[in-house]
Amino acid sequence: MTKKHILSILVDNEPGVLSRIAGLFSGRGYNIESLCVAETNEPLVSRITMVTKGDTAILEQIKKQVNKIINVIKVADLTDQDFVERELVLLKVSAKPENRAEILRITDIFRGQIVDVGQEHFTINITGDAEKITAILTLLKPFGIREIARTGSIAMFRENKPKS
Amino acid sequence: MSKLTGAQILLRMLKEEGVDTIFGYPGGVVLDIYDELARTDLKHILVRHEQGAVHATDGYARATGKVGVCLVTSGPGATNTVTGIATANMDSIPIVVITGQVPTKLIGNDAFQEVDIVGITRPCTKHNYLVKDVKNLAKTIKEAFHIARSGRPGPVLIDLPKDISIAKTSFKLPDDIELRSYNPTYVPNRKQLQKVVDLIKKAKKPLIFSGGGVNLSRAHQELTELAQKNKIPVTSTLMGLGGFSGMDPLWLGMLGMHGTYRANMSVSECDLMIAVGVRFDDRVTGKTDEFAPYAKIVQIDIDPTSIQKNIQVQVPVVGDCKISLELLNQMIAQEDMGKFKPEHKQWLDRIDNWRKTTPLAYDQKDVIKPQYVIEKLFELTKGEAIITTEVGQNQMWAAQYYHFTEPGRFISSGGLGTMGFGLPAAVGAQVGAPDKIVVDIAGDGSIQMNIQEMATAVQYNLPVKVVILNNGFLGMVRQWQQLFYNRCYSSTKFQHTPDFVKLAEAYGAVGLRATKPEEVEKVLKEGLACNKAVIMDFVVEPEECVYPMVPAGAPISKMLLV
Ligand SMILES: Cc1ncc(C[n+]2csc(CCOP(=O)(O)OP(=O)(O)O)c2C)c(N)n1
Ligand SMILES: [Mg+2]
Repeated sequence: MTKKHILSILVDNEPGVLSRIAGLFSGRGYNIESLCVAETNEPLVSRITMVTKGDTAILEQIKKQVNKIINVIKVADLTDQDFVERELVLLKVSAKPENRAEILRITDIFRGQIVDVGQEHFTINITGDAEKITAILTLLKPFGIREIARTGSIAMFRENKPKS
Repeated sequence: MSKLTGAQILLRMLKEEGVDTIFGYPGGVVLDIYDELARTDLKHILVRHEQGAVHATDGYARATGKVGVCLVTSGPGATNTVTGIATANMDSIPIVVITGQVPTKLIGNDAFQEVDIVGITRPCTKHNYLVKDVKNLAKTIKEAFHIARSGRPGPVLIDLPKDISIAKTSFKLPDDIELRSYNPTYVPNRKQLQKVVDLIKKAKKPLIFSGGGVNLSRAHQELTELAQKNKIPVTSTLMGLGGFSGMDPLWLGMLGMHGTYRANMSVSECDLMIAVGVRFDDRVTGKTDEFAPYAKIVQIDIDPTSIQKNIQVQVPVVGDCKISLELLNQMIAQEDMGKFKPEHKQWLDRIDNWRKTTPLAYDQKDVIKPQYVIEKLFELTKGEAIITTEVGQNQMWAAQYYHFTEPGRFISSGGLGTMGFGLPAAVGAQVGAPDKIVVDIAGDGSIQMNIQEMATAVQYNLPVKVVILNNGFLGMVRQWQQLFYNRCYSSTKFQHTPDFVKLAEAYGAVGLRATKPEEVEKVLKEGLACNKAVIMDFVVEPEECVYPMVPAGAPISKMLLV
């Protein structure tokens, strides 16, 4: 069964590493839904958070193939584990005077912020997991979404909770 | 501490890695390296084309088991290496390719003879490097050799800008390589091996399926012990030939698209398959759903990506083939394996019956049959030659009719199927094994793809023998047209072919020709006795086909036999 997976990949922080990973995915026909890369607390190591899709066999191959890249230190599949996920989205929504109050209310409920206001629009900053982002997008869609910029997910395991 | 230039460091590090021979071709940005090279005792083989350099390096590596090294210039020199690198990559051959690059300052400027060879070769190397600081050079070279030869071997490319080969730095031997991101698993999990022991104990129709990994890790003795002690018949991939003696009664021949009847039938009926160092390529499995339908499959491989990729296996064992088989043999020796089962005996008898009723066969009448040439060659060389091949029918007949007894004896482009591989690979193999007879079994098409390396063979007194099975066709493609495209021989017949005897002579080599069956032995004897490079042109049956043949996508038990 095809399913969404979030992979957290630790790599050497070196030029060309991202292209090794992206090249592997395009060369083997794997799919990348989103990709997020930045340095970690160790300057020599970067973390790539990637959202990909595939059935169990494909995912197993993807993880092994990524691991095989010499500059990849570790691959973790967060799916089916206890993890926190966040994505940051900036969205520019048409905001006619008669809709402004409603848009503000929705933004508030989702703990978003208005980061730019114009005669005819709001730019809203939202963070959250995939579900929350989808929910607010659905609610704001009727007002007219003019532009979206999304970072793609970043994610981390939760620490093991003490057993009760 | 002494200061050395990048070029000096490079050559010094090659020595440290035990390199005594490199294959290459000079040019502008590697002038400083070549200048330095003239003052060392490293042997440099000047090829005639950079593709030839890489194939020769590859042939050298396959014949000797050592890491091969080649050196070329930037731009076109570098792009000419790509086919060779991809060939080595598909067959997991350890080579280090050093390409010159334009000076660091000019990179990205579309400078003269600049090409992003690191970008181009990223998907067809095991790893590659652009050296940006001479201080990192020694370590990079050491790392490159480590990566090329360890784990599942493969080609590594180092791109070296001209200014780095001139720059000086204090030289210190690098420490041992430790890469936290790269740690191949050599020693397998014992629990997994115990499962293999238990399966062998229960099996009534066991089969060993060996591949290139057995040759690469030189695990032939361990494999032989496993087969002989437990009376398990052995088949192999093209890349696995030589991993088990082709003369052993337990040997079934190659399996797959042009496998023997008994090998393919054994796969289709076995109840246990022990796959060692294979990757279940589509030319081997045919229709995957019907591959080894009754078997529990064990797969031993050092590369986890080879496991559960094309075929689901029940017992995966990640580890080096040699170490894994050695451990497995030890565990079997300590275990009560029970009595030899009557069903097991019946299995061996059944296989023997297939061998008798449906052997490899051809009919030698008044035109030379290519199979006959190979059989004679096998006879006359007593199976002791190193055989390289080109690609096509010639390659398949070589695999079927020459019998290999050791790793490093059969040198062929398996994964990529690169025409033009055989001659330069033979040059490299002969450099690596000067006392062996090295024969390139060639087609009239393939040989024209890197024929220029005859000049290299002559210049360095390398007595390579080229056996051309001259059918006037791109034979393997023609065979598909005959069988599956209604005999429409679109662009597979050569309207013109050079006179290979004269061509050999023009190169300063010896040229011989046989046009009748009774001349075959004489020409082979004369050619093999010759201590110079020689081309033997055998004018063979133009429309002979390679059989058995499994049509693409069919189960391997469904073979065309004639
Ligand atoms: C570089 C390259 N180009 C094309 C092919 C496709 N191809 C596979 S076999 C073959 C025919 C080879 O002809 P020849 O060398 O005469 O060998 P034969 O099959 O006749 O023995 C061709 C064109 C290939 N394998 N490699
Ligand atoms: Mg031909």
